[in-house]
Amino acid sequence: MEAEVQEISEHLRHYPPFDRLDRKWLDQIAARTDVAYYRDGSMIQEYGEPIDTLRYIRSGAVEVYRHNGELYNRIGEGDIFGHTGLLHNRRVRFPVRAIEDTLLYLIPAEVFDQLCEEDDQFADFVELSGPRLQSTVEQNERENDLMVSRVRRLLTRSPVNIEETATVHEAARLMTEHHVSSILLLSRAEPDDERAFAGEEHGHWRLTGILTDQDLRGRVLAAGLSGETPLTEIKHDRLITIQSDESVYEAMLAMLRNNVHHLPVLHRRRPVGVVHLSDIVRYETHSSLYLVSNIFNQGSVKGLSRLMPDVRAAFVRLVDDGATSQMIGQAMSSIGRSLIRRLIELAEAELGPPPVPYCFMVNGSMARNDQTIATDQDNALILDDSFDPEQHDAWFVALAKRVSDGLHACGYPYCNGGIMGTNQKWRQPLSVWRRYFEGWIDQPDPEKLLHSSIFFDLEAVHGEERFVEQLQDLVAQRASQSPLFLAALARNALNRTPPLGFFRTFVMEKDGQHNNSINLKRRGTAPLVDVIRVHALAVGSRSQTSFDRLDDIVRANTLPAGQADKLRYALEFISMVRIRHQAYDLKHHHAPDNNIEPENVSDGERHNLKDAFQVLSNAQKFLRFRYPMPTR
Amino acid sequence: MSCQQSDEATWAAFFADQAGRSRDSALRAFYGAGVPAPDTPLRDVPLIALDFETTGMDVHRHAIISIGMVPFDLARIRPSAGRYWVVKPPRPLDEASIRFHRITHAEVAQAPDLDEVLDEVLAALAGNVVVVHFRGIERPFLDAAVVARRGERCLFPLIDTMSIEARQVRQGGWNRLKGMLLGSHTSVRLPDSRTRYGLPAYSAHHAKVDALATAELLQAQIARHYSPDTPVGELWE
Repeated sequence: MEAEVQEISEHLRHYPPFDRLDRKWLDQIAARTDVAYYRDGSMIQEYGEPIDTLRYIRSGAVEVYRHNGELYNRIGEGDIFGHTGLLHNRRVRFPVRAIEDTLLYLIPAEVFDQLCEEDDQFADFVELSGPRLQSTVEQNERENDLMVSRVRRLLTRSPVNIEETATVHEAARLMTEHHVSSILLLSRAEPDDERAFAGEEHGHWRLTGILTDQDLRGRVLAAGLSGETPLTEIKHDRLITIQSDESVYEAMLAMLRNNVHHLPVLHRRRPVGVVHLSDIVRYETHSSLYLVSNIFNQGSVKGLSRLMPDVRAAFVRLVDDGATSQMIGQAMSSIGRSLIRRLIELAEAELGPPPVPYCFMVNGSMARNDQTIATDQDNALILDDSFDPEQHDAWFVALAKRVSDGLHACGYPYCNGGIMGTNQKWRQPLSVWRRYFEGWIDQPDPEKLLHSSIFFDLEAVHGEERFVEQLQDLVAQRASQSPLFLAALARNALNRTPPLGFFRTFVMEKDGQHNNSINLKRRGTAPLVDVIRVHALAVGSRSQTSFDRLDDIVRANTLPAGQADKLRYALEFISMVRIRHQAYDLKHHHAPDNNIEPENVSDGERHNLKDAFQVLSNAQKFLRFRYPMPTR
Repeated sequence: MSCQQSDEATWAAFFADQAGRSRDSALRAFYGAGVPAPDTPLRDVPLIALDFETTGMDVHRHAIISIGMVPFDLARIRPSAGRYWVVKPPRPLDEASIRFHRITHAEVAQAPDLDEVLDEVLAALAGNVVVVHFRGIERPFLDAAVVARRGERCLFPLIDTMSIEARQVRQGGWNRLKGMLLGSHTSVRLPDSRTRYGLPAYSAHHAKVDALATAELLQAQIARHYSPDTPVGELWE
């Protein structure tokens, strides 16, 4: 075989859908592949052009647009494009431009056709998925950037308008009629006036002012003016407005800076509403920040448990605002940690100061900053080595019980597996904890690890943070040095398989209770988190969140190119489906859970879910091969 | 640039003249295919990237052991239409060069003499403008080999991606200054040049892979510094 064919097929075989093809196929493709170079900024394919090759990005990056010019996707090394055009009359459907200097491999249409014909998985990939998963996630993030705190989110009604030639009396009557505390003043304008907007039926208008309740009091009644005074006479000299796509934060600043309480909101030149300072205050009070400060103001478990509806409301609002799973996980975890801190403060106030230094540690999702709403508690106590059970344990038992009962009362159920500080096994001095971790790492036994892997996500919440840091150091140093441990952990990470059957069909849960459903945590996010943890421990990462761990893995360069990004997208996508499902349950007064019924999921989402589960499945296969059981 | 006019005239005249005079049929056909007019825009010029692996740098002491070529134009590089030959040098291989090219004694022992494939080589080159990275190897080695075997000259215009690169990187005042101060120039070796255009790393020292790499580099250089309308006469030497 020719060397350049090897060069090409060697690259292809690392990227889907080529990664599933056997070597012979790959070499045949490579032997017929042409090459082309495009400079940064140049157009690679225009809409409607004839297309006779599948384009594979060997190096560089491109942007794919919709027909209307809107950005559809941004893809890079190892991604393909042009397949939609090849499948539809051999005409380009999505224009593409190079955004870096880009080298393409061009695979002839005949080879593409033959691949679609003879390889179902290839056909599925180009017909159904391609790089679609990535684009969906990126689009969510873009929408999120635009929406999270845009002023227009605060608008609940159209503005009430009046022509400025009207009288104060007419304005007051209209305000009363519409139950508003402000009214916008308009004047007729020429169409070419640069401040003019087209009215619905009455030609062109211009916004010239605003009249508020306060103006009626101060500038009309207090000044002794009659109701017949024209609005033009009491109008403010300057009008402060804000554009609808500015942030809520900007709106707040504009009000403070100008000392006004009403702010007309414009979309370009057209008034679309008015925000009042109270709208912003209300918005802020729903935020998790407000919630956290409120947690620390509560004097009892009862008070804390009364905040739970607010926690759920904050969760739903984050989802509706289009926040990412990372933002939501972070917010929910910090609320959870604040609850624990407050519970500890309350307990210490009653029990007196701790007899020896200690650290209250959380494990699992709270440590990973990926908590959602339906979650139980996982925590433990690390005590100073001067701990003497006879003398000191009563205090720590009482503390652990108060926190655990408090969390339960606040909607975090007790841990089924007993991973709580109330369990004596998980209420031990630091030296014992060190022995636990050394044992898990140096003499790994898949059975033992199955129940203890949750401790490899660990974070201090209260007390001596250095205790947890020492354990984190120990893990980071030792785990990567123990192939046996990594192999055992990898084996456990294969226990929970994604719900994909042959031919990419969903496999439903058969546990009786949730027939025809898929548990997105058990079959999706949890095994993804497991896979990522193994790779992270292998590279000595100290990060606790899955996304930070992926960054560390990328830096260590131990995964095939592009794999970490795929895991990131898959985790983000499955997490978001799970989170949205929980938000839906909450809005409809169901108990939130992790089970979705595929028939209730939209077509597009279903395909994306399959893609994401496929990523998990591939990652598990790779894990098996990457961390084999060492032979002794 | 000043002597461009006379150069162009020389190449066309030289090819016509040689086509009429060559006794060797392969060379007659090679010259008979002619060269594009120097004012032909690059977009219309058929190009062929050529690379030799040799036993050393000295045309008098060393010989060709492999030949790779890849035809292309500004739109598309076609490795599948390219060719690759291993040939037996008249003198034995030394160990150092074997390590370099990874072509073994056995491979070379079974290989034909260049004379046996020369007709094919010339036929593949005919009608194309040859592109190389560093003009000091392919043209003189091929010329010397043809003179030795057929008793006639084999000369042709070529585009040298290394001298294009040298012109670009050494043009900048900063680079000139850096060169003066540090006594060093920006590298114009093939892999280093490719890196500047975002081209991927290939495994070097295989004649056909290097020919492919050279073709990609020329596409990149033209995309960045010239235009598809640039006359070929501006680039060839």
